[in-house]
Amino acid sequence: MKNIISNINKAFDHRIRLGIMSVLMVNEFADFNTLKELLGATDGNIASHTKALEKQKYIKVEKSFINRKPNTRYLATEKGKKAFQEHLDALEKLLSKDISIEKKKK
Amino acid sequence: MENEKYLQDLSEIKQMMHRSSRFISLSGLSGVFAGFYAILGAIIAKILISRNRFNYEDFSAFSEKNLNNDLIFQLLLLALVVLILAIGTAVFLTTRKAKKNKQKIWDSTTRRLVINFFTPLAAGGIFCLVLLEYSLIGFIAPCMLLFYGLALIHASKYTLGELRSLGYANLVLGLIATQFMGYGLYFWALGFGVFHIIYGIWMYNKHDRKSAL
Repeated sequence: MKNIISNINKAFDHRIRLGIMSVLMVNEFADFNTLKELLGATDGNIASHTKALEKQKYIKVEKSFINRKPNTRYLATEKGKKAFQEHLDALEKLLSKDISIEKKKK
Repeated sequence: MENEKYLQDLSEIKQMMHRSSRFISLSGLSGVFAGFYAILGAIIAKILISRNRFNYEDFSAFSEKNLNNDLIFQLLLLALVVLILAIGTAVFLTTRKAKKNKQKIWDSTTRRLVINFFTPLAAGGIFCLVLLEYSLIGFIAPCMLLFYGLALIHASKYTLGELRSLGYANLVLGLIATQFMGYGLYFWALGFGVFHIIYGIWMYNKHDRKSAL
């Protein structure tokens, strides 16, 4: 039981962070506004959560200009993808274990 | 309690991955309309051809003597009208559906879908014009079906996955059509008309009606 819980990653223990990682797993990149709209979060919310993920080196930030307007895009790093996949596996394992315990009880 | 939270996390992850990478507002009803336009177009084409007093069934793979520039112009115009009507209706209905579900219409998923759908289709269209240039009339209908099928299969990766079945059906039909050279128009009506209507009704029942309730 212990090693299952140890795989659950505290860095992803928030709805917005989960969302950011999910989007970046299946897309090459996503820019700030896309993330904001998809997750229905505020500017500050996205900014702080991306910063937290960036600190862990789970995502990479690229700043550039599109028609003189600053544009920030985010990409998942190899490390981030691996960590997120492990997190997902851990969640699934935990749930399937609990379901089987419940079935036994019945 | 904990589990419920994790379960919710997982379903949210799944939903987010789906929504951010695929365009999911495609309207099923637009398939039905496209099918009707195609059948209507095929009927008009049939009338035009018989009025010009030649037999489409006479058409072999290669027949220069039957070519009539007026007729070809009329048929091209007809095809263009059908295409514009079908795309127009699809855009209209899809926009309406996206608005109802409060989804954005023009974003990176839409752009990706449009690019990936029209690239094979445009190549096919140009190829069909080349066939026309060399009077290989008999191959045009099968070719349209083949390229359309390939475009659908390609596009299905960026939108509802069921589009792939329609793509395969058209692909197979196109290959069969190459063996029945004189009957291109019938195959065309079957692939672009009947298949679209069946697919449209299927998708409408599966995705649209549920969300309308």
